[in-house]
Amino acid sequence: MVIGLEVHVELATKTKIFCGCSTAFGQAPNTQICPVCTGMPGTLPVLNKKVVDDALAVGLALHCQINRHCHFDRKNYFYPDNPQNYQISQLYAPICRDGFVEIETEEGKKKIRIHELHMEEDAGKLIHDEDAAGACSLVDYNRSGVPLLEIVTEPDIRSAGEAVAFLEKLRVILLYLGVSDGKLQEGSMRADVNLSVREAGSKTLGTRTEMKNLNSFKAIIRAAAKEKKRQVDLLEAGKPVVLETRRWDDGLGTSYPMRSKEDARDYRYFPEPDLPPLEISDAWIERIQKAQSEMREEKVARYEREFGLPAYDALLLTESPAMARLFEETIAARGQPKAVSNWLMVEGMRLLKEQKMEPEQMMLSPVHLAGLITMLEKKEINRTAAREVFEQMVLYQVEPQAYIEEKGLRTVWDENALQMVIEQVFAANPQSVQDYLGGKERAAGFLVGQVMRAMKGKADPEKVNCLVKERLQGAFGIPELNRLFGDGLIK
Amino acid sequence: MGEQDRKGEAMDVLDLTAVELGRQIKAGQVSAVEAAKAALLQIEATEACCHAFIQVDREGALKQAEEVQCRIEDGSLTGPLAGVPMAVKDNLCIKDQWTTCGSKMLSDFHPSYTATAVECLKQAGAVILGKTNMDEFAMGSTTETSAFGPTRNPWNVDHVPGGSSGGSSAAVSAAMCFYALGTDTGGSIRQPSAFCGVTGIKPTYGTVSRYGLVAYGSSLEQIGPIARDIRDCAAVLEAMAVWDVRDSTSVRRKEVDFTQALSADVRGLRIGLPREYFDGELDPETDSAIRYAARALEGSGAVVEEFSFPLVEEAVLAYYVIACAQASSNLARFDGVKYGHRAEGCQKLHSMIKKSRTEGFGEEVRRRIMLGTFVLSSGYYDAYYLKALQIKTLVSQAFARAFERFDILLTPVAPTAAPEIGKFLENPIRMYSQDKYTVSVNLAGLPALALPCGTNRRGLPVGMQMIGNYFQEKTLFRAGYSFERMRDYRKPDIGEVIRKGKSYSKGVKMATVEKGKG
Repeated sequence: MVIGLEVHVELATKTKIFCGCSTAFGQAPNTQICPVCTGMPGTLPVLNKKVVDDALAVGLALHCQINRHCHFDRKNYFYPDNPQNYQISQLYAPICRDGFVEIETEEGKKKIRIHELHMEEDAGKLIHDEDAAGACSLVDYNRSGVPLLEIVTEPDIRSAGEAVAFLEKLRVILLYLGVSDGKLQEGSMRADVNLSVREAGSKTLGTRTEMKNLNSFKAIIRAAAKEKKRQVDLLEAGKPVVLETRRWDDGLGTSYPMRSKEDARDYRYFPEPDLPPLEISDAWIERIQKAQSEMREEKVARYEREFGLPAYDALLLTESPAMARLFEETIAARGQPKAVSNWLMVEGMRLLKEQKMEPEQMMLSPVHLAGLITMLEKKEINRTAAREVFEQMVLYQVEPQAYIEEKGLRTVWDENALQMVIEQVFAANPQSVQDYLGGKERAAGFLVGQVMRAMKGKADPEKVNCLVKERLQGAFGIPELNRLFGDGLIK
Repeated sequence: MGEQDRKGEAMDVLDLTAVELGRQIKAGQVSAVEAAKAALLQIEATEACCHAFIQVDREGALKQAEEVQCRIEDGSLTGPLAGVPMAVKDNLCIKDQWTTCGSKMLSDFHPSYTATAVECLKQAGAVILGKTNMDEFAMGSTTETSAFGPTRNPWNVDHVPGGSSGGSSAAVSAAMCFYALGTDTGGSIRQPSAFCGVTGIKPTYGTVSRYGLVAYGSSLEQIGPIARDIRDCAAVLEAMAVWDVRDSTSVRRKEVDFTQALSADVRGLRIGLPREYFDGELDPETDSAIRYAARALEGSGAVVEEFSFPLVEEAVLAYYVIACAQASSNLARFDGVKYGHRAEGCQKLHSMIKKSRTEGFGEEVRRRIMLGTFVLSSGYYDAYYLKALQIKTLVSQAFARAFERFDILLTPVAPTAAPEIGKFLENPIRMYSQDKYTVSVNLAGLPALALPCGTNRRGLPVGMQMIGNYFQEKTLFRAGYSFERMRDYRKPDIGEVIRKGKSYSKGVKMATVEKGKG
């Protein structure tokens, strides 16, 4: 199986690529439009330089050659979601070429080559209203002119797993550069899979198909497996694979042809006359390079080196830049690296999973987290209480000190108070005390648990453990025991 | 005051150039309202025959004139063009005003924005009388392809005014306005200016913002003035030569004070006559009129020399390939979906688009769209479009070599004076070949001026073209201004136009719409 990917990335710029309209998502239809992005006669595109910045940043991160003299081209086709009936894209001189992304595979590291990266504008959205009187189609141009990067790989991918690994790697890069959230499900990243099969050992590529409408990693894996089988079956039955574009239906788990080569569109590309060629200077590239934040690989290495974190921790923490930022800022607020890492990895990730949240949605303040960890170290609170405070901090940005006071979570160290509770627990659980004294050491654990429960968690478990053991082992004289357990127990 | 007297007074105002009128308005000798009324009266008298306008906005013009007059009086408007009535070619958008491009396709289109060039002139105090007729989407050389009927040449109403800005040149020539805006993709300002005996300039590409100009050949076209003389052209261009953030091809120019360049001094000016432009196809009368002009300039101290300029025929081919290719894409947006003509009774999307376009576009536009679609098609792009771009480069290089030797090039504008109505429509290829003296300038993006240099035996004006190097409009204005001093200013016989109009108005159905809106 040979796969090449065409990935469309929606850039998170504030304004559109060729006009000043907002790109904000989820607004009422046709509220973020102007004469330019609705293709009114006489209007002209003006390039948003931030789009070029982002394209350069991604291109550099993908180790691409930067095309110093790039230009835009018009891709002509009639479709009402495309108000001018042409899309401004790049064909003849894309901004970036010849890069690569390194992915981890079962056989080790592998380079997936990038054929090119180019800038283009998104189309509007068609809404087919079947229910309306005399069913009609409506167009929403809010998305028309939203900037896209199209990233095209070489056919270097050999499995759906590698395709997913590539996309995951790409997403992390996009997140680190802050240019896109790269979500397949929400359409801010869309991947088309070009797939062909060939006999093992063959050097020539087979006829490929292009699969569209893949909205999740799971869909990519399923669709690739299905398409591979379809092509193999065809070839084994002596039938040819047809060069065509297919659409994946995830509900039905199958694909169907959209258009074949014969009725492929002739896009009649030509250089966009309304935009002068783009000259990319050394200074421009340098500015982007300088502004480029530390990428994940560099962070992983630095976390291991600087903070002595295990590679596993470093990898997990750097999966998203938001998490990495939290980690670094908490350390800057004097958090202990390993402790901070543990909190974020164990409790943090558990919460994200439970709450179906993204790391950037965590309300956690690094200073508060550092404070919480210090309190825990000083045993001012115990771990159970700390977990509760952490959750509140993540979800509601509560100030830990205040919350602890308000809820009375501070650990009780007063021995008298603890002794009293221990006495009560022993009185209520004579059998356990008897068990312990009879040699069942485990009974002590139960008693400690009961004390902690009676304290509502506001005690240090170690301290309680210590006191309970002391009480059990040494402090009881025979008469006292007799008083506790009745005559005749101890002979 | 009797009617005769009033007419006489109006005619006096109409004899003024735009700058002269501006000066008189400023001096309080004439009011902006009086000037607008005089122009409207002239339109009323001549329009039935000339049909220079697609829309005359009488009320709007008078309202603008009143406002402008107030601002002149309170001192907030002081420019040389304040209060001067003018007209705008109908491919330039004006907010909430009907903009048709001479096409059925846009027979009910009201843009929500105003072209930057028009905006500049409004700020300078222009009073807009209306929108002028043009070849449909500026595709044509005669103003006959307009869906609203042809414009007639005020010098001889059986002849075309040229095109595509024929409505603008006819309106200026017949004194229906003091200046007008035209657009020039392959000669569409210069050729109608020559045919109507007026002066027009296509500035260096990028000088005037194209924002709000409904595009035909984006990389070739510029907006420019059509006026009665060089000074007016310079003043109008000065007001429009503004860098515009909304047009990425617009240029930040220095020294756009063109009116300061008007000295009648051509001593030492090196003038080149491209030998290939004075070929067998050039009408002998035009040939001799231009050579006569060259000698006159020589007599004033200019140095005139013939030289060889290549690629004349090739430039025409390259021009039509590039212009049509860009047009096929620029005009794709007219699909009946968002605005413009929509065909009735279609069930399927693509049949609706096809039918709307077939019905909405005229024959010449359809021909150029098909030609453009063909040359961009896969397998033909390299052979046609790329080759045309190569010719464009070669033409630019040839001009660069010429401007090492010369300050300006003096050439014909068209092979003949204005042809009779209907003569070109039969043979489009012949019509295309008439553009051979003008299109090279658009390929290279150079500035070029067209100005009258005589009349032929039939009494039709003959024009000539002065081509300058990039951003050298001042040199062109200086040369043109000098020549203007040496010739008699001649006007068409408007009385004849008015008389003919009275007989036409019975037989010819005029498509003029007074108010496009509603």
